[in-house]
Amino acid sequence: MTALLEIRGLSKSFGGVRAVDGLSFALDTGEIVGLIGPNGAGKSTLFNLINGVFAPDAGRVTFHGIDITGAAPDRVARHGLARTHQIVQPLLDMTVLENCTVGACFGRENLPLGRAREAARETAVLVGLEDRLDQRAAQLTIAGKKRLELARALSARPVLLLLDEVLAGLNPTEIDHMVGVIHRIRERGVSILIIEHLMRAIMSLSDRIIVLNSGQKLAEGTPIEVANDPAVIEAYLGDPALAEQLHRRA
Amino acid sequence: MLRRPFFWVIALVIAVFALAPILAGDVELRESLLLAAVYITLASNLNLMLGYAGYVNFGSIVFFGLGGYICVYLMGAQGWPLAAAALAAGVGVSLAAFLFGLGILRLRGAFFALSTIGVNEAIQAFVSNFDPWGGSAGLYLSTELFQPLGGPMQALWIVYFLLVAVMGLSLYLSYAIKASKFGLGLLAIGQNENAAAVLGVPTWRYKALVYSASAFLPAIAGGLYFFKSAFIQPADAFDLSLSTEAIVIAMLGGQGTITGPALGAYLYEELRGWLLTSETFSNFQLVIAGALLLVIVLFAPGGLMGWIYGRWPRLRKVLE
Repeated sequence: MTALLEIRGLSKSFGGVRAVDGLSFALDTGEIVGLIGPNGAGKSTLFNLINGVFAPDAGRVTFHGIDITGAAPDRVARHGLARTHQIVQPLLDMTVLENCTVGACFGRENLPLGRAREAARETAVLVGLEDRLDQRAAQLTIAGKKRLELARALSARPVLLLLDEVLAGLNPTEIDHMVGVIHRIRERGVSILIIEHLMRAIMSLSDRIIVLNSGQKLAEGTPIEVANDPAVIEAYLGDPALAEQLHRRA
Repeated sequence: MLRRPFFWVIALVIAVFALAPILAGDVELRESLLLAAVYITLASNLNLMLGYAGYVNFGSIVFFGLGGYICVYLMGAQGWPLAAAALAAGVGVSLAAFLFGLGILRLRGAFFALSTIGVNEAIQAFVSNFDPWGGSAGLYLSTELFQPLGGPMQALWIVYFLLVAVMGLSLYLSYAIKASKFGLGLLAIGQNENAAAVLGVPTWRYKALVYSASAFLPAIAGGLYFFKSAFIQPADAFDLSLSTEAIVIAMLGGQGTITGPALGAYLYEELRGWLLTSETFSNFQLVIAGALLLVIVLFAPGGLMGWIYGRWPRLRKVLE
């Protein structure tokens, strides 16, 4: 069986800094794979390489057996790969419903306007924005904007969802809610690649975890395997609190 | 669409434009409304770029001027009838805009705005040196060309009605695009182009398409306008101050809305007419336009429609 997403030898440098350096891994249909690593490990760059915001210097990205290396972001979206941004990117002057409708219109199913609106409404309800449909995105709180980011990506009815720190900046109640939403998304058969710093959440959500450091793969395995990996603990030693957390989880 | 109130608002505006000068039997009123119709056409189509996709086109007048040249040339030198020549101008300029668009729409923000001025200046320089189009001296049309339309008097009325029709089509085009998936994609581009692309909006193609669409009706309007003048020269055809006026009009009325550019154009034309007839302020309109633009950008970025929507939110459903 071929993997849903396959990354082979992916590299990208910015002015001498190797942000992603010869990275290879695969993600199977239905999996939730967590991506962790210290700041600057190349996690967000990897997302930008996968969905075509940047073209890689070397390597291949295969999605559904189709080579999407260097394809423009809108083409990648059409193939059924949606993402959220670490720094939220709402369409500020448009309503919550309109934001989601854009996702539904131009996503995998390329829906006509009317049906896109229905799909948008449905995903807005799924993430808990049903009371805010006609509000302008600019008026949402940070937690609201994070949910919108997720709802919009989900409206495209993607096969694979890239989540870039959707939990960062949320309070514990909001985090619990968001984790619940992510579980429900998975039940719909959507595969997920998730970047997250919050250990408690990523350890419980992920089937498998990949640890990045300086653009390279440091470790890969189940959450428990990764948390016990000496190399991982070593990498996190610069951040004693995180190392401590990792230990407690394991 | 027929059941939306705004469809009938547009129809009413067209009816008033078409009937008012006939009922009043007033040629001066007709000439003033003719200019208003041209302004509405220019501002509405500019608004497709400016208000929807968020791209400032400073050189939109190039569509009008080039359309004028193609139409006048086809009629004068090739003997085409008015309708065919005007339509050919629209199609030709639209195609040219699509090709230019593919190039300059790789630029964003201020760089795009500057490149649109460049396109206008380049075309003007080309036409000024293009002998088949009379170079810098321009092209004249023989008054005999008015004969097929029933003589000069009747021809002026016919051109007026055609320009009103072009104005009406401009408003309906703005409306149809806004209500479509294409329009939603454009608005998304206008808000945040990178986010729109990640959501799957084919940004480059959409931008080139709307740039091309925004050229079609202004080119036809240019054809009709310069046929009416029976004379065209580069300085009139590619006059950048008209481009600037179109921007002021769209901003004054409220960019991104459909009523806004129309309302702005009408008010601007009234203001201009008043300034031109007053002795002290003759040719003062560009100074006023500049000041107006500053005030709008600084204090009322939503323009008149922004103010109206804020005051009477329910009007949003009726006047789009």
